[in-house]
Amino acid sequence: MIAIIDSGGANIASVQFALERLGAKSVLTRDAAEIAAADRVLLPGVGAAPVAMKALNDAKLIEPIRKLRQPVLGICLGMQLLFGRSFEGDTDMLGILDGECRAFTPAAGRSVPHMGWNRLHPTTTHPLLAGLDDISHVYFVHSYYVPVNKATIATCNYGQDFTAIAAKDNFLGCQFHPERSGQVGARILQNFLEMPS
Amino acid sequence: MLTKRIIACLDVKDGRVVKGVQFRNHVDMGDILELSQRYADEGVDELVFYDITASSDGRVVDKSWVNQIARRINIPFCVAGGIRTVGDAKAILNDGADKISVNSPALETPEFITELAAAFGTQCVVAGIDSRREDDGRLQVYQYTGDAAKTIKSKRQTVAWAQQVVALGAGEIVLNCMNNDGVKKGYDIEQLKAVKAAVSVPVIASGGAGDYQHFADLFQTTDIDGALAASVFHSGKIPIPDLKAFLRAQSIEVRV
Repeated sequence: MIAIIDSGGANIASVQFALERLGAKSVLTRDAAEIAAADRVLLPGVGAAPVAMKALNDAKLIEPIRKLRQPVLGICLGMQLLFGRSFEGDTDMLGILDGECRAFTPAAGRSVPHMGWNRLHPTTTHPLLAGLDDISHVYFVHSYYVPVNKATIATCNYGQDFTAIAAKDNFLGCQFHPERSGQVGARILQNFLEMPS
Repeated sequence: MLTKRIIACLDVKDGRVVKGVQFRNHVDMGDILELSQRYADEGVDELVFYDITASSDGRVVDKSWVNQIARRINIPFCVAGGIRTVGDAKAILNDGADKISVNSPALETPEFITELAAAFGTQCVVAGIDSRREDDGRLQVYQYTGDAAKTIKSKRQTVAWAQQVVALGAGEIVLNCMNNDGVKKGYDIEQLKAVKAAVSVPVIASGGAGDYQHFADLFQTTDIDGALAASVFHSGKIPIPDLKAFLRAQSIEVRV
């Protein structure tokens, strides 16, 4: 069973449907015991960092998430939450990965939010990146980004390079939405499902 | 580099995809699920579903198809039409839509955009703007455009309203240039440039696509983030893979 952590935001259904298309069953939950017992855990997130962290804190999930040993995949804001600090509302986040989250500055030719399909640039080999083509576009929607850091395994460029995929031990994160990224996203989710737990 | 988005717009009326000329004389174009799946398979970047009757009838969009689409397709989609409360929006987002677009209700109550942005994040909130270039050259926002009999000129000027919706919390603007809609003579480049220059969020062009070159003109002469079209896609006149190959050949970055 896959646990999808209910961090309070809307739009969690699309993650669940993407797993269904891959034949994987999932449950939406805030129950720490259920999350701890799952084979793998998804941390989705749409909305703002302070709101999501408050939801996790209210559900008493911060410590339980930090202790997870099975594969955990944060999506979009869920990836950002794995890092230490966000300039969005000056928020302390989970701190599982070292790094911080900053705001994109609008500029000529750079609308904010960064919304649309952009290219992944893998910086290493990793099971999550298996089978991706030389040119793989994925769907991003975000106004805050995590700079490239030691957990980065794929970057994306939007006026500057930023972290598209992060990984450290069992904790993984995608800044984009694999559940809305066509065949490329489906492959990344499939790779996540096939990672040894 | 962020690719330019090619967006298929499916105007929905009574659960079917329809298309009219300058918002009138709607013709049946097909089944929602079938068309959505076809576009996803062909590589369209995003879908927008407008229930064009909803705002003017005071109805909320029939949501059963939102959930079916979310289960079936793996590209982002936006739902528009008669979303009047945070609850309406929440139901549609919970059913699996990625974004919701508001138009007439935002003109009635601009603060509604702020409520939606606070509840779901600005990324989820698209402002749809129907704009007509008047005889005196002024760009004027129109309201209740889903129904020709109820369409009225709002008191708002297009560029000022675009800036206002962004200040209120809209994360994207779809600018429908009504003079060009359905006429297939190309996008209203000057109007789109004026709006794009005035805001920081992505702006999607709507109204006027009739040929491959119209898309290239748009992306080569403006910073517009995406191009939306309907009938040229539905009719098969411009297949999505052919359009993308055409744009790529002109060094316009699109999703492979």
